[in-house]
Amino acid sequence: MSEHKATPVGGSLMTPSMRILLFVFMVGAALTVWRFAVGLGPSTGLSDGYPWGLWIAFDVVTGTALACGGYAMALLVYIFNKGKYHPLVRPALLTSALGYSVAAIGIIIDVGRPWFIWRIPISVGKWNLDSALLEVALCVMAYVMVLWIELSPAFLEKWQDSGNTGLANFSRGLSKFMDKALIWFIALGMLLPTMHQSSLGSVIMLAGPRLHKLWHTPWLPFLYLISCIAMGYAVVVMESTLSSRAFGRQREDKMLASLSGVTSGILFLFVAVRFVDLFLRGRGPLLIGEGYYSVMFWLETVLFLAPAIMLAGSRGRARIATMFRASMMIVVAGSLYRFDSYLVAFNPGPGWSYFPSVPETVITLGLVAMEIMVFIMLVKSFPILSGTSPMPAHRK
Amino acid sequence: MDPILDISAKSPSALETKIGRRKFLKIITAAAASIGLSGSAVVQMVEAIDLGLKPSVIWLHFQECTGCTESLLRTAHPELASLILDLISLDYHETLAAAAGHQIEKSLHDTMAAHKGQYVLVVEGSIPEKDGGIYCQIGGRTALDILNEVAADAAAIIAIGSCASFGGLPASGPNPTGATGAPMILKDKTVVTIPGCPANPYNFLGVVLQFVTLGTLPALDDKGRPLFAYARTIHEDCPRRPHFDAGRFVQKFGDEDHRLGHCLYKMGCKGPATHANCSIKHFCEVPGAWPIGIGHPCIGCTEKELAFQVPIHTTVDIERATPPDTYPPIHADHGGVSPVATAVGGAVVGVALGAAWKQAKKLDGEGPDSTDKKEE
Repeated sequence: MSEHKATPVGGSLMTPSMRILLFVFMVGAALTVWRFAVGLGPSTGLSDGYPWGLWIAFDVVTGTALACGGYAMALLVYIFNKGKYHPLVRPALLTSALGYSVAAIGIIIDVGRPWFIWRIPISVGKWNLDSALLEVALCVMAYVMVLWIELSPAFLEKWQDSGNTGLANFSRGLSKFMDKALIWFIALGMLLPTMHQSSLGSVIMLAGPRLHKLWHTPWLPFLYLISCIAMGYAVVVMESTLSSRAFGRQREDKMLASLSGVTSGILFLFVAVRFVDLFLRGRGPLLIGEGYYSVMFWLETVLFLAPAIMLAGSRGRARIATMFRASMMIVVAGSLYRFDSYLVAFNPGPGWSYFPSVPETVITLGLVAMEIMVFIMLVKSFPILSGTSPMPAHRK
Repeated sequence: MDPILDISAKSPSALETKIGRRKFLKIITAAAASIGLSGSAVVQMVEAIDLGLKPSVIWLHFQECTGCTESLLRTAHPELASLILDLISLDYHETLAAAAGHQIEKSLHDTMAAHKGQYVLVVEGSIPEKDGGIYCQIGGRTALDILNEVAADAAAIIAIGSCASFGGLPASGPNPTGATGAPMILKDKTVVTIPGCPANPYNFLGVVLQFVTLGTLPALDDKGRPLFAYARTIHEDCPRRPHFDAGRFVQKFGDEDHRLGHCLYKMGCKGPATHANCSIKHFCEVPGAWPIGIGHPCIGCTEKELAFQVPIHTTVDIERATPPDTYPPIHADHGGVSPVATAVGGAVVGVALGAAWKQAKKLDGEGPDSTDKKEE
């Protein structure tokens, strides 16, 4: 797969921070059991007006966008052939695989009749091919599998040296096959997120007049797509910065700096498309005078523009702290954009209101804790991070 | 007989006409499908027409606007040319005939003589009775006379439109001509009425095609309306019905609710008391082409008691008050924000942002490594 060498971090698994994460996860898991026992009504703030709450807005819509690191990096490395970013791919893929798996679990917890989910991929003849939601469901299911397959060389590399001869031989055989087959999965890994990340925008576009006019636009799918790519890069920057410090690894600052330049361009494009679209369709006056909604819109715009400006010049990109702050803002901006379009700017009619209940919040926290735990466990045991190698020179 | 209209004399079999069997079958199938006849009806219809059994149709116009003919002209399944040339033999129709004057009157009498007891009579328009019926005359004879004469030997009588069914617009107060519908004059005969202003052409075609195919008339209600089209009210199948159940009403034309397509009941919609299939069978094959579909309340044109009698914006009583499947509240008591949930939510977001910011602070000094990893 690559010339650079990824190695396991090693070290003890049960650190104090792991204990805290484990505790949060256990509380979340217990509440999940309770949610299935009592149903959605008593355990959540969901209603007929707001059937989609925190679990959809955060775990699925925001969660998968934050998990677009794998997609965004693969886009850069394989489509634009920027081999120099290769060391960032594996950890990005891991965060993606975890993020999407959490989204899948989130959906199972959120839907009313989870025991029917398995029917979606197999009921081919009954598919409503006009449904954006079906597209999301099928794509996300397929992409979770594709992500773990894309990541599988990391596991196979480790198992090849296993003491168990059977496992070692199996891994060697599978590795040979994967070397040839991986290119197809990488291609799928490009196609699927392009489809469903834009479809997440289509889904809320279909809400029509229930979505506030400042957010509702035929460009929603496009805006969702490009903002998820920016969020993916931002997460890669944060993840790489934090892992290199947390595990005492070689820093990848130079790579992150040029990556941030790409991100900046995407952010400018996002804001430009939004404003041009608003004015072309005569909705410019809504930017002021819509009270609360206008304020939220401007807050989003500031959060998108500020990192775009911070990362535009090479001076900002020279300092890792600036890049980290900017990436943080991008993550917040993208999340706010998704929360706004799915919850805040979504008005199903008079009288309805929604705020996530405590169990909803805690279950989400538990899922995030699980995500971080598994990330730490996997990078400690499997060759994911490549920081010990010298700063990779330009390849290809 | 007028040579232009007399197709049956020259073509005993439709298959030998220039349209060809393939196109002919397509027309029949489309016609049958559009009115819900089964596949076997298509076969029967083809056989009947192959035998040259195209029924002769006499179409009388009285006090009306010709709107029913106009809407029939705008159907495409089957299109009118196919209908009047291939499926039926339209032998007398004042609007569509090329002939005029004595020539067309001769056609009427020839047809009545040639197909005595076998032709179908279609009446469009109301018939004035006052002062001996002198207010509508054709060729010096009153509408009353013509109707009685033609109806005497008809195999089936269909009154198309509200005027022919019960008097319609010409009969609205003060009704200066004493206008009334065909069933009120032909008291001892079965008259199928297809009320509507205009009548939906498909309901008319359904009756005609059933008669062509099976030689029977559809089941009728006490006002002579075919049950297949007039058994249910507009309200029962209205696409805006959920808004009625949920209490979302248009209060005035052009308001927010009107723009969002909410229920027009309060604007005087007669849908709850009007029997017709407009809400599921739109006009001219254009989805949404019917009054409520374009944002206007139903005026109840198929009902003698409502059409042109009750003002358009006066509301009616609900004839069959049926409960909705669910009772969504107008103002939901659901949801709401608990202080604890807000506090927990705020704390989580705050801690996440704070941790990330602290991490950024550490990076400022490029200080020692952190041992904690936190995202977002």
